Amino acid sequence: MSATLKYQEKELKLVGTRPLRPDGVDKVTGRARFGADYNLPGQLIGKVLRSPHALARIKSIDTSAALALPGVKAVVTRDDFAEMPDEMAAVGELMINFRDVTRNMMAREKVLYDGHPLAAVAATGESVARAALALIKVEYEVLPHAIDVVEAMKPGAPLLHEHQYTQGVKPKPDRPSNVAKRLEFGHGDIAAGFRQAEVIVEREFNTKPVHQGYIEPQACLASYSADGQAELWTSTQGHFVFRAQCAKVLQMDVSKIRVTPTEIGGGFGGKNNIYNEALAIALSRKSGHPVKMVMTREEVFSSTGPTSGANVKVKLGCTRDGKITAAEAELNFQAGAFPGSSVNQASMCAFTRYDLANVRIVGHDVTVNRPKVAAYRAPGAPIAVFGVESVIDEMAKKLGIDPIEFRLRNAAKEGTQTYYGPKLGPIGYIQTLEAARAHPHYRAPLGPNQGRGVATGFWFNIGNETTCSLNLQEDGTLTLMLGTIDVAGGSRASMAMMVAEELGIEFDRVRPFVGDTASLGFNFLTAGSRGTFASGMASVIAARQVIEKLRQRVAKIREVPLEAVAWKDGHARPVDATVAQFAPMSLPEIARMAGKTGGTIAGHAEINAQGAGPGFGTHIVDVEVDKETGAVKILRYTVVQDVGKAIHPAYVEGQLQGGAVQGIGWALNEEYVYGEDGVLQNPGFLDYRIPVASDLPFIDTVIVEVPNPNHPYGVRGCGEVPIIAPMAAIANAIENAIGLRLCEQPLSPPRVLKAIDEAAAARR
Amino acid sequence: MARITLSSSLAPFTGGVLELELDVANVRQLFQTLGERYPELQSHLEAGIAVAIGDEIYQDALLQPIERESEVILIPKIAGG
Amino acid sequence: MSRNHVSATVNGDQVEFLCETGQTLLEALRDELRLTGTKEGCGTGDCGACSVIVDGRLVCACLMLAVEAEGKAIQTIEGMATGETLHPLQRKFIEHAALQCGICTPGILIAARSLLERNPNPTEDEVRYWLAGNLCRCTGYHKIVDAVLDAAREMRGG
Repeated sequence: MSATLKYQEKELKLVGTRPLRPDGVDKVTGRARFGADYNLPGQLIGKVLRSPHALARIKSIDTSAALALPGVKAVVTRDDFAEMPDEMAAVGELMINFRDVTRNMMAREKVLYDGHPLAAVAATGESVARAALALIKVEYEVLPHAIDVVEAMKPGAPLLHEHQYTQGVKPKPDRPSNVAKRLEFGHGDIAAGFRQAEVIVEREFNTKPVHQGYIEPQACLASYSADGQAELWTSTQGHFVFRAQCAKVLQMDVSKIRVTPTEIGGGFGGKNNIYNEALAIALSRKSGHPVKMVMTREEVFSSTGPTSGANVKVKLGCTRDGKITAAEAELNFQAGAFPGSSVNQASMCAFTRYDLANVRIVGHDVTVNRPKVAAYRAPGAPIAVFGVESVIDEMAKKLGIDPIEFRLRNAAKEGTQTYYGPKLGPIGYIQTLEAARAHPHYRAPLGPNQGRGVATGFWFNIGNETTCSLNLQEDGTLTLMLGTIDVAGGSRASMAMMVAEELGIEFDRVRPFVGDTASLGFNFLTAGSRGTFASGMASVIAARQVIEKLRQRVAKIREVPLEAVAWKDGHARPVDATVAQFAPMSLPEIARMAGKTGGTIAGHAEINAQGAGPGFGTHIVDVEVDKETGAVKILRYTVVQDVGKAIHPAYVEGQLQGGAVQGIGWALNEEYVYGEDGVLQNPGFLDYRIPVASDLPFIDTVIVEVPNPNHPYGVRGCGEVPIIAPMAAIANAIENAIGLRLCEQPLSPPRVLKAIDEAAAARR
Repeated sequence: MARITLSSSLAPFTGGVLELELDVANVRQLFQTLGERYPELQSHLEAGIAVAIGDEIYQDALLQPIERESEVILIPKIAGG
Repeated sequence: MSRNHVSATVNGDQVEFLCETGQTLLEALRDELRLTGTKEGCGTGDCGACSVIVDGRLVCACLMLAVEAEGKAIQTIEGMATGETLHPLQRKFIEHAALQCGICTPGILIAARSLLERNPNPTEDEVRYWLAGNLCRCTGYHKIVDAVLDAAREMRGG
């Protein structure tokens, strides 16, 4: 069913409160089981041989010596996986080119990045498996490679894929290119818009790839039995999507793979796609043993998807009284070794916070010799918005208008026509700007070398396929089986709260958990900030179904008409005395009688949730720049965001704080560093520095609630938006602190110091 | 007739046509008609197009009704992190 | 490959296990003793997910060889609660929503307990610098710092 449930304002008992999460005790006692915590008797350890080259033709792979090593039970290479056609195939609600998927999983003709898998072994122990990898002989013909996105776009750049011609260009180009796709969005007349402009600001920005940086490396355990059935335990954002991808590349029936999701130690988009899972099943199939595969941190960095690095050009035209007349951008995104960056979504997010008549965006999706990018929280948006919000800020300054006031004068609101398609529905962007302007943070005094920056973010939020089942147990408690992974935010708690609210019972009467792929129908990934929106909607549908069945049952038991039975506060009660009078029944009373009055009672939902409500946020940051070292310290940070409705405000705050801090890391420190040889130089947390506790102040949050009309409790989704604004907000704050506009991410001490030194040299 | 607008990113596959009127009753009929008229658009329709009807965005909703006179906009499908 | 015999105390219990010479304490805890509450996030001592206490010292179990555990007293997350009674830090982490995915939580709890044993009344800064060796990617640390300060307050009897 293609579903929306409309928002209804009502008195709430549980939604909006802060009960304790059902996964809490297991997580503080070490009892919670993550990917690497699962083991089976007789299991082997699987390890992957990876390319040391950025680009090389594979002349031969000889695994005979590895196979001969005692303790080695199986080796797989490209020859163990079927060739897949070069076409987009619908699998697990995603359109994926499986020619690319099979090649990313296991290199075929060429290795395309440092870390690209070439072979996998399964052996009786980790040390044997490692020894076996060293015995695999690979002959390479090393080729010149392309790392930089601008260089890779040039004619004559080293080609990753000889069969790749730029899509979206007419007529079809006559030679192949690393530019996989060109896309264009816009509306109005951009040239006329710039002619109306009295002030124009134009800037170019560059960003480096950054990693999702989840603390739990990918880990899985596969067991293939001789009757052709496979079981898989894995840390994933979407067990149904993983099952679909494994079934496709292994050419198995979907129903013959059962995936049980483990607790997930962070994902942020990085666990949306399979890496070792199909290899583990293939090794188990070949060896006849269960196979466990756990990535090292180095493998996580070198071989799993970071987000794109990019080159971004932004041009903005404005009247002197602060009305934007034209907005133009070029977004050149690294896709990694195979096409498919988030340039599409970045394009749609770039300017959508503003009500603009004339917009033009050109995007390029560019293959380079780096790991294939994966989604990362609001995929692509922070990159585009770093450029756009920096230019917005510069424009406000040039016009002498307060940066929040400038944004308000151009802000998108209900009815604003977007340049990528629809008009916006009811949204809370202006409310977030006004709340930020009213916040004491915005007026607090600043010291020397300190500056304040503001920036804003927009994300669509999504719905998609979702199922759940809600079973009334014989004592009147309920179990809620969810099909969406609780990726950390506490969605199990939120869903149970909505169900308990509907039923009018206590929170701890509903036990939520995530079901495996054999227990429910298909669910899309937990991604795009859809979990609490879509799975919440499914849970409410299931709860209302249960209520309906409870009323029917009580009508039969009490021998009264159905219309006489109301459901209120966890009890079936008479609607009023005029229709029929009967003794109310509580949920436990009905549950105890259920078996003898027709059987147990359950509700379930199989929906494709529609009507996701867009989210907007405004961030304020204060920084202090150390002019001697170039170090930037975050002094104060405030996140204001419209989340529609915070089902569990503490967990929403956690999303806003966590997202903002990921953005702070992106802004200040994080980057992939490659050498001239195309080898990743910093595949570890020592040299790839994510924020630590001592880098940060408390992150203040202001939750704005403009209900989404298409959700029973008004939920929009909240996880993606907070990572979008920090990069630009911090760049704007640095500019206000030291008068220098920095356009190269990360804004790390060497870069800041270089800018300070260059400015000083220019003044001399 | 519903008024159909294609996202500007689809222009290369329709010979530049971005606006048209079609007599279609639901999303499936819309995709079918467009695919027949613009064969190059076919793979994109399958590969990930969402449909805004009025102000609501629908993804993977082939049976979603399209009322006569409604405004329909085709946009790239949205995923996420 | 011959294996080494190691005797140690883990969470107050005498244990014995066999390990390869190159195996880390983390591997021995997880793979030999099946105490999987201690997590591996990096294997290079940079993330703190494998924090344990060895003879009163806070260490990364991934940086210590299992054979070095001979005769030592080791405390892991599995020994933090007393029966069904959670340690105040564990309780405050749940109450303050100081955990999300939970993979860093055991290491952070062990590190925070080690802090409070040394300094029952830490400032916010002291908490932040003590925990700077424990990476968390979900929370932004805000609620973690709150939870540690609140647990310290309660443990002091305030």
